[in-house]
Amino acid sequence: MRIVVDWDRCTGMGMCESLAPDIFEVDDDGSLILHTEEVTQDQEAEVREAVAACPTEALSLEGPIET
Amino acid sequence: MTRLVVVGASLAGLRAVEAVRRDGFDGEVTLVGAEEHLPYDRPPLSKEYLAADESPDTRYREEETFAGDLDVELLLGTPASALDTAARTLTVGDRTVSYDGLVIATGAHARTLPGTEGIEGVHTVRTLDDAIALRAALRGGARRLTVVGAGFIGSEVASVGRKLGLEVTILEALETPLARAVGERMGRALTHLHRRRGTEVRTGVAVDEVVATDGRVRAVRLADGTEVATDVLVVGIGARPATDWLEGSGLTLDDGVVADETLAAAPGVYVAGDIARWPNALFTDVAEGTMRLEHWTSAAEQGGRAARHAVDPASAKPYETVPYFWSDWYDGRVQFVGIATGDHVEVVAGDDAEGGPFTAIYRAGGRIVGALAVDMPAEVMKYRRLIGKRQSWDDALELAEQRRQQRAERAQGASA
Ligand SMILES: Cc1cc2nc3c(=O)[nH]c(=O)nc-3n(C[C@H](O)[C@H](O)[C@H](O)COP(=O)(O)OP(=O)(O)OC[C@H]3O[C@@H](n4cnc5c(N)ncnc54)[C@H](O)[C@@H]3O)c2cc1C
Ligand code: SF4
Repeated sequence: MRIVVDWDRCTGMGMCESLAPDIFEVDDDGSLILHTEEVTQDQEAEVREAVAACPTEALSLEGPIET
Repeated sequence: MTRLVVVGASLAGLRAVEAVRRDGFDGEVTLVGAEEHLPYDRPPLSKEYLAADESPDTRYREEETFAGDLDVELLLGTPASALDTAARTLTVGDRTVSYDGLVIATGAHARTLPGTEGIEGVHTVRTLDDAIALRAALRGGARRLTVVGAGFIGSEVASVGRKLGLEVTILEALETPLARAVGERMGRALTHLHRRRGTEVRTGVAVDEVVATDGRVRAVRLADGTEVATDVLVVGIGARPATDWLEGSGLTLDDGVVADETLAAAPGVYVAGDIARWPNALFTDVAEGTMRLEHWTSAAEQGGRAARHAVDPASAKPYETVPYFWSDWYDGRVQFVGIATGDHVEVVAGDDAEGGPFTAIYRAGGRIVGALAVDMPAEVMKYRRLIGKRQSWDDALELAEQRRQQRAERAQGASA
């Protein structure tokens, strides 16, 4: 499963980082850094929470989990 | 469980119906909303919706999505007017709608100044219709904007007013704006943001009367007799939970609908969003009693939680969260996580004297319970994790020190 960021929507709020810090990080100028695109099974739950919590609905998930 | 009904077709209500469908719930789902509009996003209404030359479409989903993918029956344009929890029915206009599980997500209404109904030029900002009217007023040749209430929404509207070139005055009853939301010291720090952008902030003043000529606002008269002349008046004095329709339903109403830690207000009835008052277990040790939030993220989360619990009460789990909100002022962003009660606030980055950029953290019961950042987008969410894990104050100070070093290294790297 892959994380898709709609860069036009993301405003660097960082909710995603607070829920899944290994994957998302907001840097000093407020831009989002994606540490990895591919989501593993262990990460799925927290990534889904991050997707749901993003106030700009900038995040979505695509494809199945690779095992 | 065959029929889920969700009342309130906004953020919490939308996330409620989406969550159960995503989980594969195959019963009937009905979403009841008082407004004619499809669910839309409110935060932009006091920000880019007013500021941008072309107003953005803030609807979350297209109409087809409800009928199609989500398979949700939409009942828009008529409010629910009564609830019978024993019979498990609601009244919507002249219809009786029965449910097996119910989510109440009717949010809140803007508070108004008594006696100002019908005066042209007086606005609140809660609904899309409000924002359409205010947008037109701010752009229709107005020169002076007065905002009553220095809260977050009022502050955002003031910011937009300055951006559009208006003279802006904020009138605030408290001596320190936002003292309840962020504490005294930080309330003062945020007030600098206004003053350095040329917005006049008058604190400790009481509005006596809104003065109108020919049905149009002309000025605001203060308790000391002074008049503040204005073309547009925005009333930003908070919101009151939309519980009127639940009087006599047997639910406990107390500045919101009171629920337990799983968001249950009665058997089969769950609450979500701005209307929900519940014990947030993460903070009951440092802040007694229940909590009601008016924040985007918790409304979205509670919507999903409440609906899952409503269709499968046996699976209900306590909902706890570290509150989060943001607010956009002028060209900057204010972000807050956690709660602002406590015995100590420490500025751990930047300087609050001139209004930022800075980051401050809040202590209660020996642990970190809150963090506020102005124009430091990388900081606040790192503290949110510590708060959620109930980590100690010393852990928070240690993180602050690490961040300080990292910033210093980056600054050196940048200048090398
Ligand atoms: C202008 C503005 C700016 C904001 N900015 C921010 C921000 O920057 N950051 C942040 O974190 N949060 C912000 N918020 C808060 C955030 O938008 C709310 O927390 C969120 O909208 C709450 O969602 P809700 O679904 O609980 O309630 P609401 O969005 O209030 O929706 C409730 C819905 O229920 C309907 N309703 C009411 N009574 C009935 C009834 N009897 N029957 C049927 N339907 C009914 C209403 O018409 C409404 O559509 C802002 C809010 C506003 C108004
Ligand atoms: S929460 Fe959303 S807006 Fe914020 S940084 Fe993450 S993706 Fe961007």
